[in-house]
Amino acid sequence: MNIIVCAKQVIDPEAPPASFKVDPSSNKVVPPPGVSPVISPFDEQAVEAALRIRDAQGGKITVISLGVNLLRDVVKKPLYMGADELILLEDESFAEGDSWSTAYALAMAIKKIGEYDIVFCGRQAADWDAGQVGSGIAEILGLPGVTVAKKIDITDGKARVERVTADGYEVVEVSLPALITVSNELGEARSPTLKGIMAGKKKEPVIWKPADIGVEASQVGAAGRRTGLLKLFQPVREGKCEIIEGASPEEAAVNLALKLREAKII
Amino acid sequence: MAEYKGVMIYCEVNEGKLAAIATELLGCGRKLADALGQELCAVLVGSNITGLGKGAIASGADKVYEVNDPLLKDYQTDSYVTVMEKVVKQAMPQILILGQTSIGRDLAPRLAFRLDTAAAMDCIALAIDPDSKQLLQTRSVYGGNALATFTSACSPQIATVRAKAMSPLKPDASRQGEVIAIKADLDPSAIRTKVLEKVPEEVAGIKLEDAEVVVAGGRGIGNADGFKQLQELARVLKGAVGATRPPCDNEWVPDAAQIGLTGKIVTPDLYIGVALSGASQHLTGCSGSKSIVAINKDPEANIFKVAHFGIVEDWKKVLPAFTEKVKELLGG
Ligand SMILES: Cc1cc2nc3c(=O)[nH]c(=O)nc-3n(C[C@H](O)[C@H](O)[C@H](O)COP(=O)(O)OP(=O)(O)OC[C@H]3O[C@@H](n4cnc5c(N)ncnc54)[C@H](O)[C@@H]3O)c2cc1C
Ligand SMILES: Nc1ncnc2c1ncn2[C@@H]1O[C@H](COP(=O)(O)O)[C@@H](O)[C@H]1O
Repeated sequence: MNIIVCAKQVIDPEAPPASFKVDPSSNKVVPPPGVSPVISPFDEQAVEAALRIRDAQGGKITVISLGVNLLRDVVKKPLYMGADELILLEDESFAEGDSWSTAYALAMAIKKIGEYDIVFCGRQAADWDAGQVGSGIAEILGLPGVTVAKKIDITDGKARVERVTADGYEVVEVSLPALITVSNELGEARSPTLKGIMAGKKKEPVIWKPADIGVEASQVGAAGRRTGLLKLFQPVREGKCEIIEGASPEEAAVNLALKLREAKII
Repeated sequence: MAEYKGVMIYCEVNEGKLAAIATELLGCGRKLADALGQELCAVLVGSNITGLGKGAIASGADKVYEVNDPLLKDYQTDSYVTVMEKVVKQAMPQILILGQTSIGRDLAPRLAFRLDTAAAMDCIALAIDPDSKQLLQTRSVYGGNALATFTSACSPQIATVRAKAMSPLKPDASRQGEVIAIKADLDPSAIRTKVLEKVPEEVAGIKLEDAEVVVAGGRGIGNADGFKQLQELARVLKGAVGATRPPCDNEWVPDAAQIGLTGKIVTPDLYIGVALSGASQHLTGCSGSKSIVAINKDPEANIFKVAHFGIVEDWKKVLPAFTEKVKELLGG
């Protein structure tokens, strides 16, 4: 089984909401100081999905990350977890892309890799929350796709995928090669072991520039965008919470009930 | 070459009826179409959907396209994208709106790439720029920490809209409109997936997304047993139980109970958040609630920034007394 996983470096989505800042003059997010970026959580789970398949039936896992200022210790986490190879699409021209230009570059890199049975993506990247790149890659490469997967079983050249829906899940069979996007219902991604980290540290990522994947710099990143960002801003939260007190927690509870009754909320 | 014109709504069908999201989108689409001085059309795709077009017209559509075919019984990416590609190429709408639902999340991006255009996912506001006549697409980004307004010069402009972000019109059965059938013409061999089974994981009682009261628990509830206390309070208030992601991941509650960015969107009259911190990704799913009550032992918890009433205590000490008092107040 040859498996490709697309994993993106993002600002830690679970950093305290109060640390989140936007610079309105540049329409950009100011990375919170002292908080390290991470691999987008759903992408870690995509790596986990790949590792589970390789554990069961062997194969090779190649991870691709596209971006600029990729911190080696961050983007190498999939290697530390056990992936075999890391390709970085790292070049200034890849910066500031949208779903289109990102999917296009990743699809061209996957095409260059050539041999694959499954491409895994996260259901959405935890920065722009678009949830488009997986479907975009599938469409560009002409692959069938299943999105929001929580379990993947491979038999006889087909994948049986449990796809999460609003009220449960459906079991979908898809022929391979296919693109599958992974959701958190898959279960927690494994933590790197010390041995895994040692092995990963020794591996050097392969770096590809636009020319390496046969595209012009004008087709990727900001230049290849199809959408324009007009404005980025933070919603204002009113923040006037009335704290209900009492001599004891039980009394506070009673006071809260009375208050809600008085306000005709219950 | 024909020009892209008008607004098109992809109307989901649920258990043989127009889904709530469909009427919400028609309400929003009507405003956009009026702002452009153009037509609003609806698309219905499925099997046994004939007759539903009238409902779409009553809810605001001027025209309905129906694609009825046994092969369209289940949503499948390949069949639905192919059919929608055909509909869009025939009707040439300038704007196409879908719901941010299990279907919309899958269909919209794939269709956008097929049609060589762009999509904006999970929008909470749509407007027409008075000068450029472009669609201004405002969506939440960074887990709800920020909002971003996007435009695109591509046609059609595709957007998905979050549940409950738009208001439906009052249905008017006297509204007139045209229903046009489009043939699916699907090649079954081009459908590369097969739905083998659908497994419902429904939470018993009132549906979370319809409940007027939601009692939600977080990681601090600690275990499945703790959620029984929340169920008792929900029962007394005739509401439903929801959760943040950790209780779902830990299997204390079914995944279908998750509220938030990647879960359900709820807008009850009363939302009681117990032992949850109020992460942006969670608030995305509940901040539209009329009244928000928070019980958390940490006074710095983010949930207090959006709550109207709060208690800073261990929930285990607060909840039994609160439930008892509510019972008494509602009983008498
Ligand atoms: C891309 C992405 C999408 C996500 N989507 C969602 C989503 O849809 N929905 C969602 O909910 N989350 C989602 N998350 C996860 C989200 O970021 C948070 O991790 C999650 O909401 C935290 O859940 P919590 O508040 O229950 O847990 P925590 O943040 O751990 O908070 C627990 C709280 O309980 C309090 N507490 C503990 N014990 C007690 C006690 N005895 N009495 C009173 N209070 C107590 C603590 O003070 C703390 O504030 C998503 C994350 C990402 C990255
Ligand atoms: N810059 C990137 N590098 C690697 N993978 C990416 C990148 N951007 C998006 N992806 C993949 O596409 C998925 C969906 O991204 P998005 O459509 O941006 O929400 C992510 O979960 C990743 O698997």
